[in-house]
Amino acid sequence: MSEHEHSEHIVSPGTYVAIILSLLALTGLTVAAAYVNLSDYVPFKQANIFVALLIATVKATLVVLFFMHVKYSPKRTKLVIMAGIFWLLILLFMTLSDYASRIDYRGVRFPMSQHVTREAFPRS
Amino acid sequence: MHRTGALYGQFETLEQQKETASLGMWIFLVTEVMFFGGIMLAYTINRHTSFHAFAMGSNTLSLPLGGFNTVVLLASSFTMAMAVWSSQTGKKRLIPIFLTLTILLGFVFFGVKYVEYAQKFHNHLIPGKNFDIRYCVNNPSKCEDIQPDDLAKERAEIAEAFEADPDLNAHAQLYYSAYFGMTGLHALHMVIGAGLLFWLLRNSMRGMYTPEWNTPVDLVGLYWHFVDIVWIYLFPLLYLIDRHK
Repeated sequence: MSEHEHSEHIVSPGTYVAIILSLLALTGLTVAAAYVNLSDYVPFKQANIFVALLIATVKATLVVLFFMHVKYSPKRTKLVIMAGIFWLLILLFMTLSDYASRIDYRGVRFPMSQHVTREAFPRS
Repeated sequence: MHRTGALYGQFETLEQQKETASLGMWIFLVTEVMFFGGIMLAYTINRHTSFHAFAMGSNTLSLPLGGFNTVVLLASSFTMAMAVWSSQTGKKRLIPIFLTLTILLGFVFFGVKYVEYAQKFHNHLIPGKNFDIRYCVNNPSKCEDIQPDDLAKERAEIAEAFEADPDLNAHAQLYYSAYFGMTGLHALHMVIGAGLLFWLLRNSMRGMYTPEWNTPVDLVGLYWHFVDIVWIYLFPLLYLIDRHK
């Protein structure tokens, strides 16, 4: 219908090429980072998984903003996405804080002693 | 339903029509985020309680195959984005070409996944009665993917892990359950996505998608990119736990 103005933003192929190249570079970076014990360099035991998830999140953000063209979407769509991420964080944060602070029925603190589960797997 | 050209009666403008459809798709995708989020949460807790087994299990995966699949999936996301671009700019002949490329890359992914799964069956790494994390180091002649040079190193690694966790064989099954559960559900999403792509391919060859109306291409694109994002997280979580040794 020509009487309706069609004002959707079209992302150019050049942008898509730039994004796919960045995604491939970040994939290489995450593999390279996995081969280095990063906690040798920073006083943080979980440095490797932190960096791996950080790179994954950067990649996911690039996909969401450009491939899924959320950067050019109405605020309403952005609100739904932010609400979804917020809800996910509630799920992760509350469950993990429960595990981190709980002492189980055997009086064992999380992470539970791995030896206790032997009776559950007598064959192993 | 009353319809004028590409515009359905309940909408004021084409833009509003498109934004409504894409908002609905996003609400569906948010439920998918919660679905995969719950699984990754279970993974996180098990990984924390049985870290040695998860690290050992992760190191038995093939990083070249996993890395290759990551590249394939990212490339398929790119071709999907280009299919959406072709439909938005009215390049009707390009739409089926990019959709076909996306489907082909999806099938390459399935092929590699088949090779990986078959290797796990072969190497006794399926959770259950015959699961044995030591199968390959004890029977190196039966495992094609184990290099004789690495054998001593792998034996030492496994012995060390058993030292740290005597129930390594049981806990490694937790890792493999997570591996098959997560990659299996991801592959199921891709099968559904491939089905949707075939449907788009048929309709695009009939010239159904125009710059005024290309909602199905756009929405299947969102779904395909979402599946790509799930893999972006699965790759480091499953393949890269403890490679630095």
